[in-house]
Amino acid sequence: MSHTFFIAFSYILTALVVAGLILRAVIDHRMQVRALADLESRGIGRRSRRG
Amino acid sequence: MPLDRYIQPMIRELANPTRFMSLSGTLLPWVGGLAAILMIVGLYMVWFAAPADYQQGETVKIMYLHVPAAWLSLFFYMIMATSALGTLVWRHPLADVSQKAAAPIGAAFTLICLVTGSLWGKPMWGTYWQWDARLTSMLVMLLIYLGILALWRAIEEPNRAARAVSILTLVGAVNVPIVKFSVDWWNTLHQPASVFRIDGPTIHASMLVPLLIMAVAFSLVGIALHLAGMRTEILRRRVRTLTILEAERLDAQAA
Repeated sequence: MSHTFFIAFSYILTALVVAGLILRAVIDHRMQVRALADLESRGIGRRSRRG
Repeated sequence: MPLDRYIQPMIRELANPTRFMSLSGTLLPWVGGLAAILMIVGLYMVWFAAPADYQQGETVKIMYLHVPAAWLSLFFYMIMATSALGTLVWRHPLADVSQKAAAPIGAAFTLICLVTGSLWGKPMWGTYWQWDARLTSMLVMLLIYLGILALWRAIEEPNRAARAVSILTLVGAVNVPIVKFSVDWWNTLHQPASVFRIDGPTIHASMLVPLLIMAVAFSLVGIALHLAGMRTEILRRRVRTLTILEAERLDAQAA
C-alpha cells in the first residue's frame, strides 16, 4: 500500500521524539545528581550554610 | 468552601520542595508504569483491532498519534499558563519549576502534531501544508513555545526570567481558544471537532476507544515527563545555590 510510508514515518518520528524526551530527562537528572554529590563531597552541603 | 479547605493546604504542603521530591518520587514509577502499559494496550488496539477507515484506508492510523499530540500540546500550554499565574499572583515556589519543566514537553508534542498532521495531509488532502486557520494557529503555538524557551535562555537571573516568561506565557494563552475553535470560526480544510462535541462524538466506538486509550497513555507519558522534569529542575536549583555558596566561601577565604 502506497500510504505505508506516511504511516510508518509518523510512527517512527513520534517514537523518536518521545524517546528523545525520555532520554533527555534521564541524562539531565543524572547530571544534576552527580553535580550535587560532587558539591556535597567537597563539604558544600545544605547544612553547612548555617554553620 | 469545603474545596478550599482541602485543596489549599495540599497546594501549600507541596510548596515545600523536599515534600514534593518525596511525593513525586513515590508517584513517578506508578505513573510511568501505567503509561507504558496503556501505551502497549493502545498500540495493540490500533494495529490489530481498530478497523481501516472506509475512505481513508489505513492512513487513519496516523490519527491515533496526531490527535493525542494535539491535545497534549494544548494541555501543556494550560499547565504553563496556570504555572505562570502561580508565579505572578500566588508566588508559589514550585510554579516556575513546573513551567520550566512543561515547556519542552509541550513544544515536542506540538511538533509531533504538526509533522504527523502534515504526513496525514499529503495522502488525504494532496498537500503537506495549507495556510488554514487550524494549521496556522498550531504553527503559531509551536513558535510561542519556542519563544518561551528562548526567553528563558536570554535572561540570566532566574527570578527576572520567571516573571518575563510568565507574562509572555499569559499573553500567548490567547492562542489556546483560537486553536480549539479555529475550525468553527473559520472555513478550514481541517475537519471540525469529532470527539468533544455537545452532541457527542461522531467517531464509531471501534476507533473512539483506541483513540481515547492512546490519549490517556500520551497524557500519562506527558505527566511522568513533567514530574521527572520538575524533580531535575529542583536539583538544578540546589546545584546552583550550592555553587554560588561555594564561590562566596572561596572569595571569603581569598580575602
